[in-house]
Amino acid sequence: MTTTPAIDGWFTSGDLPALLGSRCGLCATVFFPRLDGFCRNPACSGEEFETVELSRRGTVWSYTDAQYQPPPPYIPRSENHEPFAIAAVELAEGLVVLGQVADGYGVADLRVGAEVELVVEPLYTDETGDRTIWRWKPVVELGAEADQ
Amino acid sequence: MSHDVAVLGAGMHPWGKWGRPFATYGVAAARQALADAGVDWADVDLVVGGETVRNGYAGYVAGATFAQALGWNGARVATSYAACATGAQAIDTARARILAGLCDVALVVGADTTPKGFLAPNAGERYDDPDWLRFRLLGMTNPAYFALYARRRMDLYGATPEDFAKVKVKNAQAGLANPNARYRKAVTVEEVLGSAVVADPLHLLDICATSDGGAALVLTSMDYARSRGIASPVRVRAVSTVTPTFPQTVIEMPNFATDSSGTVPAGERTFKESIAHAAYEEAGIGPEDVDVAEVYDLSTALELDWYEDIGLCKRGEAERLIRSGETALGGRVPVNPSGGLASFGEAVPAQALAQVCELTWQLRGQAEGRQVEDASVGVTANQGLFGHGSSVLLST
Ligand SMILES: [Zn+2]
Repeated sequence: MTTTPAIDGWFTSGDLPALLGSRCGLCATVFFPRLDGFCRNPACSGEEFETVELSRRGTVWSYTDAQYQPPPPYIPRSENHEPFAIAAVELAEGLVVLGQVADGYGVADLRVGAEVELVVEPLYTDETGDRTIWRWKPVVELGAEADQ
Repeated sequence: MSHDVAVLGAGMHPWGKWGRPFATYGVAAARQALADAGVDWADVDLVVGGETVRNGYAGYVAGATFAQALGWNGARVATSYAACATGAQAIDTARARILAGLCDVALVVGADTTPKGFLAPNAGERYDDPDWLRFRLLGMTNPAYFALYARRRMDLYGATPEDFAKVKVKNAQAGLANPNARYRKAVTVEEVLGSAVVADPLHLLDICATSDGGAALVLTSMDYARSRGIASPVRVRAVSTVTPTFPQTVIEMPNFATDSSGTVPAGERTFKESIAHAAYEEAGIGPEDVDVAEVYDLSTALELDWYEDIGLCKRGEAERLIRSGETALGGRVPVNPSGGLASFGEAVPAQALAQVCELTWQLRGQAEGRQVEDASVGVTANQGLFGHGSSVLLST
C-alpha cells in the first residue's frame, strides 16, 4: 500500500507541501489549477508557462461545511458521514483557492480574514492505499489556544 | 432605433414533481402563452427552446422537440444552453432575429424534469472536468458555494441566520397566491432555523429544491403587436447575457479557484454587478426606476447579494432591506413577488423564462393576490454556471 495524491500534479507533498500553479512566461499571471496552451489574460498572447509553488499561507475569504454526504464522485471515507469544513482562501498571488479544512477543525475555528496554512492529508482510500489532498489548517497564534 | 420587442403572451405549466416528460410541460406552457397572446401557432415563425441536459437527445434539441410536439409548422428553430441563464439566452436569440427583421413572431420555451436531491454531475471518470472534480476532490456541492457567500455576509456585514430565514418567509408568503408555485405554504423564521443545517450557515429551508416545470413566452416585433391592435404591450427593453471580465475574482461554481488579480487589477464591478448593469445601460433605465424584481434565490442569502448586485442598495445594506420589509409585497421595491425559487424550486431551462412571465403579469396588473402596485418597470437577474449572465429588463 502506498500514499499518493488523489490527483497528479496539483500539489506537492512532503514537509512543506504547496499547490502547483502555472505562471505565464509573458505576463507573469498565475493560474490554478495549472494551465496549458493559452494565457487567459485577454491582453496577453503567452503560450508558455512555468510551474510554480503557490503561497503556503493565506487568509480565509469564506468558509462552510458539508453536513450531508456529497453525491458521487465524492468517495466517502467511512460508512457514516463525518461533516468536514471547506474554506476559500486568498493567497498573496491574488487568487482565491478552495480546499477542505484539515481534520479536527470545523467552522467554529474559522473566520473571514483568519490565517490558514496548507497541509496534505488523506482524502479517501482505494486499492492502492491512501489518496491525499491539500487542505487548509487554521494557524493558531501562540497563546490563542490557551484562551479557548 | 428602438430595441424593444413586445411580450404578447406568457404561459407556465405549474412547477412540481410530476414525473412527466419535459416536452409535456413545455407544450402546455407554449399553448397557454399562445392563447394568452391570441396568436395562432401557425403564425409563429421562430421557435427557441431552452436545452435540458438531463433528458437525452430530445433535450439537446429542445427547440425542435417542442416544435414537433406542437405539430411541425415549418418555423425556424434554435436551441440555447447557458445553464441557469438558458432562458435569457433563448430570449436574446429570439429578440435578435425580431430586431433584425428576420422574424415577426417567436415562441420561446423552456421545460425540465429533474432528479431528486443534490444536482450531481454526469457519470464516468472525468479528471479534466471541474464540475466532476469538485465533487471528487472537495465534496463541493452547490449549496456549499452558496454557503460561502452567506458566511461572508455574516462576517463582513453582520447578517444573521434570521435575516436569511426572513427571505424564505417573505417568498413563501408571496408564493401562497401563485397557482404555478410548487410550495404554497407559509413558513416561519423558527421553521427555517429549525430545519437541518446543510452547509453552515444555510439550513435545508434556505436552499431551493429542484422541480419539474415549463415556461413559455410569445415575443413579437412592435409592428406586429400594433397590427394586432395591441398599442402598449409589455416590452423587453434590454437583455443582458454578459460574460465576466478578466480577472474574475469571486469564487464560483464549479471552479476550484478564482483568476488572479496579481498582474491585471480587478475591474470596477464584480461579474454579478455587471449583469444587471449591462441591462440598465442598454435600456437607459436605472435601478432607481425599478418597481419590481425577480432574482435567483438559489439560497435565501443569495437573494440579499442580488439586492446589491442589481443596485437596489449599496454593498452591505441588503440586511436593512429585508429587515424593514422594503423588498416584501407592499414595500418600496418588492423582490420575488412570484414566490421565487423558494416557492418554485429550480427547473433550470425554464426558470429565467418564468421570471419574465411573472414580470409580464406584474406589469399588466394581472398578478392576482401578489400584485405590486403600479408596477411599470421590472428587472430579472440570475447567473448561470461557467460565466453566463442573465438579466431581462421589462417595462410597460
Ligand atoms: Zn500571460
